[in-house]
Order: sequence, then structure tokens, then C-alpha cells
Amino acid sequence: MTWARLSDDLVIAAVIIFAIAFCLYAVSLALHSAGKRGKSVTSSATRVGSPSSGGSGTGVNDLPAEPSHGYRLTTRIASVLVVMGFLLNVMAVVARGLAADRAPWGNMYEFAIVGAAAITGAYLAGLRRYPIERLGIWVVGVVLVALGCAVTILYTPVDALIPVLKSYWLAIHVGAAIIAGGAFTVAAVMSVVQLVGRGRNGERDALMERVSYGLIVFAFPIWTFAVIAGAVWAEAAWGRYWGWDPKETWAFITWVFYAAYLHAQSTAGWRGRRAAWFSVLGYLAFLFNFVGVNMWVGGLHSYAGV
Amino acid sequence: MTDEALEPSRTTYGAGWARWAWRTLTSMRTAVILLTLLAGAAVPGSLLPQRNVATNPGAVPSFYADHPGISPWLDRLSLFDVYASPWFAAIYILLLVSMIGCVLPRCVRLWGECRAEPARTPTRLSRMEHHRELRLESDAEEVLTRTATVLRRRGYRVVREGSEVRAEKGYLREAGNLMFHLSLLVLLVGVAGGKLFGFEGRAALVDGATFTNLRSSYDEYSPAALTRADAFTPFSVTLDKLEAEFELAGPRAGEPREFDAEVTYTLGDGTTGSTSIKPNHPMDVDGTKLFLTGHGYAPAVTVRDGTGETVFSGPVIFLPLENNFTSDGVVKVPNAEPTQLGFEGLFLPTAPTGDGDRSQFPGLIAPRLDLTAYTGDLGMNEGVPQSVYKLERSGLEEVAVGSLRVGETMALPEGAGSITFDGVSRFANFQIAYDPGKEISLVAAIALLIGLTASLVIRRRRLWLRVTKSDHGLTAELAGLSVTRRELPTSDLDHLERELLGLNESPERSMS
Ligand code: HEM
Repeated sequence: MTWARLSDDLVIAAVIIFAIAFCLYAVSLALHSAGKRGKSVTSSATRVGSPSSGGSGTGVNDLPAEPSHGYRLTTRIASVLVVMGFLLNVMAVVARGLAADRAPWGNMYEFAIVGAAAITGAYLAGLRRYPIERLGIWVVGVVLVALGCAVTILYTPVDALIPVLKSYWLAIHVGAAIIAGGAFTVAAVMSVVQLVGRGRNGERDALMERVSYGLIVFAFPIWTFAVIAGAVWAEAAWGRYWGWDPKETWAFITWVFYAAYLHAQSTAGWRGRRAAWFSVLGYLAFLFNFVGVNMWVGGLHSYAGV
Repeated sequence: MTDEALEPSRTTYGAGWARWAWRTLTSMRTAVILLTLLAGAAVPGSLLPQRNVATNPGAVPSFYADHPGISPWLDRLSLFDVYASPWFAAIYILLLVSMIGCVLPRCVRLWGECRAEPARTPTRLSRMEHHRELRLESDAEEVLTRTATVLRRRGYRVVREGSEVRAEKGYLREAGNLMFHLSLLVLLVGVAGGKLFGFEGRAALVDGATFTNLRSSYDEYSPAALTRADAFTPFSVTLDKLEAEFELAGPRAGEPREFDAEVTYTLGDGTTGSTSIKPNHPMDVDGTKLFLTGHGYAPAVTVRDGTGETVFSGPVIFLPLENNFTSDGVVKVPNAEPTQLGFEGLFLPTAPTGDGDRSQFPGLIAPRLDLTAYTGDLGMNEGVPQSVYKLERSGLEEVAVGSLRVGETMALPEGAGSITFDGVSRFANFQIAYDPGKEISLVAAIALLIGLTASLVIRRRRLWLRVTKSDHGLTAELAGLSVTRRELPTSDLDHLERELLGLNESPERSMS
């Protein structure tokens, strides 16, 4: 079997594993809400008992005092499956790189599979420190959409690059952008949950906010680096480091929205829901850059096999 | 920097308003709003064609032609020139002023704090983060000394006072934050340097031709407001050979794979050498850079006039129209007798086997040159500059059309002359750029990244220890406070706690 073939098969395997994890997360949510209805008295009692924590302490959850055995079991299995899916996904990326003999992020198909790995990685990193498995279903959902688009509409066989992409800057610049993108994605999921919840669940919101803040603080310097590396590359390739090409412009817009997010976090009265909006806006700009600009706007940054 | 916009003071009316305006401008909330505006203002420039964003210089005129109603209005709002528009500049200038007003006072405060002692111990430590109490059996003096040593070793600035130790670290975070914001200013200086003193130009070179770095050699040249005439570093470059390769088969057949210009150069001091210029590998002569941005074909033709004289001979640049390099171009022969001659041509590097005027592949497999010949007046003596890629057809009469393979000749009717398709050369498009602010921008960008990382990674925090004597022995209270948004990590407190509890054990161990 060739590396290329192996990579394709690993992607399919990862999709299957993620799909099972998705179903299990759904089952666990069903079990959880059934359990909550049965124990609504206990659960509201716990919530009143512990004032919403904005500052310190370990993560809080809005689970009933005693999550049911079924809930815990399904969640655990789902999370283990996510780890397996992540490993398969990473192996698929590595195999693709070996097949193409270059950094495996040179076209939209490859962005999608590397992006899926980055999102899962960010989620797992968050999960190590915070009890966010109840959001697993959303994160895995996004990953499934990314991989699903990859294997259906974006699929491109392994191929060489057009000359302007032949540069080690491709590995550095796009690699950094994808890592930042993975963290931005999970942060955006948290912020959306926080916004959709309309502040009805203070403890969960505080947790969502801590996790998304942590992820953005991690991703923002990496994104900054990706933009700077892109400018250095543009200088080497086109003779100017910044030309307001649509891709550059949207990278800038993304960057400014996340800078606004970080400022909002330090502004009295803007923390919480208002700041969460900036996380969502920043993410929409990021997403538009990877999807919209490639498909509709064009410019100098055109990739093979869109 | 304050978070609340303050009410203007009534007493000193004018000064009060000024102070209020300044406070509002330099508040964090204004920063968030201005950043949002900046992001929003950048959007239209990516969706509408822009004048000085040159992927396609024809984009704005063709948008005008398609939307004649709305275009003048968009133009009046500078929407075809967003990044140089007054309103875009207004936003970023306000942002920078706000930033200076916000960051300079912090500089002053940081300077003060750097020399000041760590903050006083709060009376009620139990209100602080990660508060904990330890029962100790050792001597108060020993506990205090040990705490001071442990924290100093961990990089804290430590003060011992009475029965307390107070410590603080992470001052670099603020320094990083300042460095980050100030680098934004420096970055702007670098960008301005290029925008004010640099230039950009383009030149196309046929195989074997030489480019000399003079104003007149450029096909297109756009200097900045303050570009000096001596910005032309003296050098010349000869294109020896342009190589281009394309994918031959598979779904991506025809996609470019490799292209590469072999050149020989002569520098101002007389040194010569040869090198190759390819995508991502420009040639750099003292800050003037040559980039290979495109290539195409230059069919070589020989034109004889009615008297049998050879009046033109050589390659002519044809501009590619699409990815398979169907290209068009013109040949003008003003010195032909008895009448001037002009030709419009379409060149196909790989002509289809049957009919059709589209090239099938970008490589040179079956070249064909389709020509339309004109006689009459080329209109070149009227003093109006003409494009070398267009015929001014008003004074011309079409006399013949033909389709030539290499080596073939087309004779014009009425003995007006003939044209021979001799062969095909290639040409390379070079982008030539000079940007004197580039190094400043790069240094600023690196400083920005370092400052930003420091300000996000380093956590400024305070720790306190207080010992009190009681009947049971010694009680040590420990607590901390994170001065920044992020939670206080417990590792330092844990470490200190272990060290202090270790004091309990050591005497026992020595006794047994
Ligand atoms: C030019 C656009 C600006 C950009 C791109 C920018 C970016 C940033 C970033 C990324 C941070 C995050 C660092 C952190 O959270 O520690 C930050 C922090 C900060 N910025 Fe800005 N900033 C800009 C303008 C301003 C302005 C106009 C002000 C003041 C009105 C300001 C005041 C601050 C302050 C005080 C902090 C520290 C926040 C804290 O202590 O948590 N910045 N800035």
C-alpha cells in the first residue's frame, strides 16, 4: 500500500471513530438531562450553595451532585474514542506528508484534515485541565464537518506544488496558522455555548469563559507569528511584505478582532458575554479567510485544487 | 487609563472637557471600540476592487463599466482606495493616539513599581487566593528565612518585615505589554518608510535581452511620494534562458511545476556573475530586488516590405490570456515602404489538431501563430503615446489573415511585403521593488511578537506569608494574588508549603 492510500484510509477510519464518539456524547447528554430531571431538587440546591466562581479554583460543572453511572461511562468512552480519532487523524496527516514529500498543507483538502487534527488537539488539551466533555459533542461535530467536507468535496490526490508554494515558509506560515486555528475553533465553540445559554447558567459560563480565554491567549501569539511569517514569505515571493491582498486583509481582520477580545477581557463591564462576541467575530473572520476567500474572492493566494 | 468615562468637571469648564475627552479617548473601552471599527473598516477593501492593490490593475475600471450607477458614489467614499482613505487613516491614527495616551502613563508607573517594594500584606489573608494555614513546630525565624530563600530562588522579589514575608514577581509582563504596544508604532514607521521612499516597477525581458536599472527601462514604474532619483542602484541583468515546466498528465495536467530564469548580471562596481531567479528566490542588489513573477512566449518574426527590404526581425512579446498560454500581441512596422504595416496575432504554444483558437497545453508542443495583417497609417507620428500591445486601427485597412507554423511565410496581397514565423523565444516578467523601511518593519515585528508573548505568558503575582505564635506552636498563613486576568498557579505555593513542612520533619529525623 502506498503512503497516499494509507493516508486516505486513515482519514476514513478517523471519521468513523469520531462519528461513534459523536453518538456516544449524544447518548451521554440524553442520560444527563434525564438524570437532571429526576434530581432537579438536588441540582438547584448545589447551584445555590456554590456562588458562581469568577476567579480561582478548579473547574465547575453544572452536573447534578451525583452524575449517573451511565453518564460517566458513556462520556469516558467517547473521550477515549476522541483520543483514538485524534491519533488516526495525526497519522493520516503524517502519511500524507510522506506521500507528498513536503509539509502536508498545500491545498484545501490538506488544510481540512490538518485543521481537524488541530481542533481535536486543542479540545483534548482543554479537557486535560477542565471538565469540558459536555461540549465534546459540538467540537466533534465541527471536526466531522471538516473531515466530511475534506473527503467529499475537497478531495485531491497527492500532488506536487505550484512553484510559488515551494518554500519552507509554507510549512512555517501555514502550519502556525492551522495550530492557532484549532484553538480558535474550540474557543469559538465555548463562546457560542456561552452566548446561546443567555447567562442562565453562571457556573458553566464562567468555565466556558476560562477555557476560551486560555485557548485564545495560547493561540493569539501563534496567529501573530503566522501573520508575520506570511509577510516575510510574501516579501520573498512577491517583493512586498504587505499588499492588502484579500487573504492578508482577512488575516488582519481576524487579528484585530482577537486583539479586541483581549482588551475586552481587561475592560470592566465587557468581560463575559460582550467579550464572547469578539471571540465569535474573530472566528468568523478566520473561517471566512480559509473558506470564503479561497472560494469566492481570489487574489494572489490561490491554491491548487480548491 | 480608566475604565469609566468620567463626567466632565463643571468648575474648570474648558479644561474639564479637554480632560474628559482625553480620558475617554485613552480608556480601554475606546480601545475596544476603535479596534472593532478598524476591523470593520478593512472589510470593504477585500470585497471591492482596489486601485493600489495590484493583482489586476484593470479591476477598478472594469467594475466601473459593470456598475456605472453606483461606482462614482463608491469612489467618492474612497471605497476603491480603502487603505489610503481618510477615514481608514482617521481610525488608526485615533487608535495610535489612544494607545500612546494609555501606554505612556503605564511606562511611568512601571518605572516606579520597578523600584518599589512588593505590596503590603493584606490584613485578612484568608480573602486572598489559595489561602492555606500550616501548623509548624519550628522557630519563627527559621520559617521566615526559609520562605525568603525559597521565594528568592524562584525569582520573586522578597521583603521580610517583622513576622511577614511579602513577595512579587512577573514585572516583565508589563514590560512586555509596553514593548508590544510601542512596537506597533515602530512598525508604522517602517511601513511609512516604504510607502514614502520606495518604488515598485515591472519589466518584461525576452531571452537574451538585457535590463539596465534606469527609469526608462521599466515597462511600468510607480514611485512613492518622496522616492529620490538616485534610488536606482546601478546594475544590469541579462536573461540567458528561461525554463518552464508543466505537469504533463493527470488531473492537474498543465499546472506550472517549475520555472526559473538563468541570468548574468553586472553590478555598479563592475563585478559580474550569474545566478538563477525563481519564485521565492529573488535577486537582491543592495536592497533592490528582482522577482520572477510570470512568463510567456515571444514569437520571432521577420517582416519584409514591398521593396523586399527586411524591416523588422526578432522576438515580440505576446501576453498570455489564460492558463494554457493562448497569447496575443501586435507587430508594428512603421518604417515599411510603400505603406506602413501592422499585424495582430494570436499565439498558441500547443495548437489544437483541428480548428479552434485555444491552446491545449501551456508547453511548447505544436506552436501556431494566427495573424491579421493591416496596411495604412499606424498613427504613431501624432505624439500620443501608444501601447505596444495594441494597434490603433482607425487609419488601417485589413488586407490578409493567415495561420502560420514555424518556418512558414505569409505573403501580403498587392506586393505589400511578407511575414515569416521564424521560431519562438520566451520572456520573463520581473517585478522590481525597493523598500527602504523593510528592515525597520521586520525588527518591529519581532519585538512585537516577543513583547506580546511575554505579556501573555508571564503572570504577575504576589505571595504573602505571615507567622503567628499560639499555644499549639506556630501557625503560618500563606496566600497569593494574581495581578493579571489569569488564575494564580498553585505551584509556587505548593513548593513553599512542602519546604516549610519539611522543616517540621528534619529535627525529628535527626533525633531518631
Ligand atoms: C493599535 C492597536 C492595539 C492593539 C493591536 C493592541 C493589542 C493588545 C493585546 C494583544 C493585548 C493583550 C495583552 C494582554 O492581554 O496582556 C493588549 C493589552 C493591553 N492593551 Fe492594547 N492594543 C492596541 C491598542 C491599545 C490602546 C489604544 C490601549 C489603551 C487605550 C491599549 C491598552 C492596553 C492595555 C492597558 C493592555 C493590558 C491589559 C491587561 O493588563 O490585561 N491598547 N493590547
